[in-house]
Amino acid sequence: MNKNTIGILSLFILIFGFTWYSNENFVNGYNMTNLVKWSSLYAIMGIGVAFVIITGGIDLSIGSVIGLVASILALAIKYEWNPTLTVVLLLGLSIVIGLMHGLLITKVKLQPFVVTLCGLLFYRGISRWLTDNQTMQYPDTEGLDSFFSGKVSLADSSFALASPFFFLVLIAIMAAFFLNRTIWGRYLLALGNNEDGARYSGIQTDRLKITAYVICSFLAGVSGLLFAYELDSVQPAQTGEFYELYAIAAAVLGGCSLRGGQGAIFGVIIAAAVIRLLRNSINLVGISTHLEFSIIGLVILGGVTADELIKRIVAKRRSSKN
Amino acid sequence: MSEAPPLLKALAIGKQFPGVRALHDVNLTLFQGEVLSLVGENGAGKSTMMKILAGIHLPDEGAIELDGDFVEISNVREAQKYGIALIHQELNLSDNLDIAANIFLGNEPHKSGIIDRNRIHKESAQFLKRVGLEFSTDTLVADLTIGHQQLVEISKALSVDARIIIMDEPTSSLSQKESEKLFEVIQDLKSQGISIIYISHRLGEVINLSDRVVVLRDGENAGELVGDEITHDAMVKLMVGRDLSQFYNRKVTKLGEEILEVKGLRTPPYPNNEISFSVRSGEILGIAGLVGAGRTELLQTIFGVTPAVGGMMKLKGKKLMPKNSLDAIDSGVVLAPEDRKRHGLVLEMNVRENTSLARLRRDQKVGMIDFKIEAELADKTIKDLKIKTPHSDQIVQYLSGGNQQKVVLGKWLSMSPSLLLLDEPTRGIDIGSKQEIYKLMEDLAASGVAVIFVSSEMEEVLGMADRVLVMHEGSITGELSREKLNEEAIMQLATGNKAAA
Repeated sequence: MNKNTIGILSLFILIFGFTWYSNENFVNGYNMTNLVKWSSLYAIMGIGVAFVIITGGIDLSIGSVIGLVASILALAIKYEWNPTLTVVLLLGLSIVIGLMHGLLITKVKLQPFVVTLCGLLFYRGISRWLTDNQTMQYPDTEGLDSFFSGKVSLADSSFALASPFFFLVLIAIMAAFFLNRTIWGRYLLALGNNEDGARYSGIQTDRLKITAYVICSFLAGVSGLLFAYELDSVQPAQTGEFYELYAIAAAVLGGCSLRGGQGAIFGVIIAAAVIRLLRNSINLVGISTHLEFSIIGLVILGGVTADELIKRIVAKRRSSKN
Repeated sequence: MSEAPPLLKALAIGKQFPGVRALHDVNLTLFQGEVLSLVGENGAGKSTMMKILAGIHLPDEGAIELDGDFVEISNVREAQKYGIALIHQELNLSDNLDIAANIFLGNEPHKSGIIDRNRIHKESAQFLKRVGLEFSTDTLVADLTIGHQQLVEISKALSVDARIIIMDEPTSSLSQKESEKLFEVIQDLKSQGISIIYISHRLGEVINLSDRVVVLRDGENAGELVGDEITHDAMVKLMVGRDLSQFYNRKVTKLGEEILEVKGLRTPPYPNNEISFSVRSGEILGIAGLVGAGRTELLQTIFGVTPAVGGMMKLKGKKLMPKNSLDAIDSGVVLAPEDRKRHGLVLEMNVRENTSLARLRRDQKVGMIDFKIEAELADKTIKDLKIKTPHSDQIVQYLSGGNQQKVVLGKWLSMSPSLLLLDEPTRGIDIGSKQEIYKLMEDLAASGVAVIFVSSEMEEVLGMADRVLVMHEGSITGELSREKLNEEAIMQLATGNKAAA
């Protein structure tokens, strides 16, 4: 575990302890079930955007992709499409979206910020248009239940691990394996640190970058399905709004530098949990919920500042040792 | 001149960078109205010394005396205040602004924030006159040749009343005519009482221009020459610390089969110029020329990072037209690039990860990294190339230039290439590592590898190459065999004068 991950884990434990101390109702089965569930959903998005951030890019369209997937899912249920086919179709759509982003960024050489900002606007508009901007409910359908309703209750308690958690575990293991054990993960880190240097070493940087955007949009699609199932309804204008910012915040707080080349999957997961935990504890500790955004902003700022300062001290010590 | 007190005195200057001692106990004296040349091989510390005088770096040790008073030059603005201006090898002008705006950039005379345009144009015109540049002050800098841009830089120095102008490799990208113009301007400035510190690899220029020469070697003073003592041999001897014959002792090996054949090759920056040559197994081919002559682009095209726009190449008789570096690497062509930090290495990764970067693909097990092979490879590379690093987990950023270059070479040598391309292989490297790299080049050639190297360092070209191609504005202007190699012949061809061949 690297220093950054230890830092963010300590932060989590600190806030957790403080909240528990302030309000003993914090640790109960129902609240913990929700905390784990929502943290998992955020973490899946965060892992996705982490891949893009490692390449030195950004994806602002995540929330709109979630909104689009959730909206089409609602339509599919309304028109009674085959559930399996719908899920496959929506995941395919997210992959195509990522592919388009990647191609525009690498082949047309547009800036990631611009491409995905346009994506943010475009997919949101499409969601509203397709659904006539009507809020839609998801009636219970057996087909979808079989995908998402997995729940493991622990004996004699109201605490249960919901399906997003299991999705997260699977995704996290695969992502960490990809990043740390495969040659492509190594290439991705090299490319994020020095794209030209990677290219001069025979690495096909364009393909890798496209892959990163595909992974990001695909995981946005996965979390879109999971969010839709958890929310029971979709508001085409709002579902998923700002989620890209939570995802980016989780990735950055979790140790991904926006300059690229750095990232740890476990750190991103804990950071996503910190963000969810903060929202939860602001409620329970009795701070005005109107301050929620401000507090989350301050904690993230504090976290990355501390990280930067530590890095500087380490670098100084290292260079003077030589 | 020795009667007058010195204008500037640098006393026992020391400077340390991460992983490398750049300067140690360096002394330098400059009198008013003289041209002092600072010479030394790549990595001798010339540039660092100049950057200290110009306020870009702060010295770790030592002191600077100006007009007999100790001064501390902690930034560029302060250097300007003391009348010291540095003209970089890569000029620092804004292409999108006109001459006058560039001359006064950062020093604009203004009335409550509004630039006094009349004044900057009027005053700029006077400075242009002093350097003999006959252009209107509202000409865009982008429309000037490099030689003329350099004169704008000098005007800029004059505009802040510089008494000391430091020129770092000013002729490295100038044509012969432009260089001669610059020398005239230097003589003019000298007669106006301005002191010049001149840095160059071109010893011929140094001999003609200098009143005095200070030689640096490995960050220390190696000696000083005055007047008649300034000869080519004397400078080289001080630069390399022994007779040249001992430093470069290229034993020509027997040449084998033809490795690379280039026919009518056209590179993207010079799509109308056709380049043809060949290189054989065991041969070390040097490519000389001015900065911007298209040498780097030629290597990059052979390596595939900037694919050719026409012509053809054959590697060991098989067609080679790489569309990217991967194609070239797979065929056995590798490149140690000029800009080591930007193109050669991933600075924030460690020695192990850098040495294995190109080979990972070869050693993979269904996409997974074989960490055991990777670690063994790194240890072997460190041992074989004598890379000075505490362990293979050291971040390469913290290694010295010489050791960084060895990491780049190590990365490629493990791929057993048949053609090794080296672009300025010893730039910014200490003498010890330099000699090891030369030895490595020889060993590789002896083992049958064809080596092509681009170098701006005359002694290196003369000492290492079996044969030299000289380039000028994207074309090969001549070829010199080892027997015909000399600085004069190379310079003639490099500045576009074909008659010399």
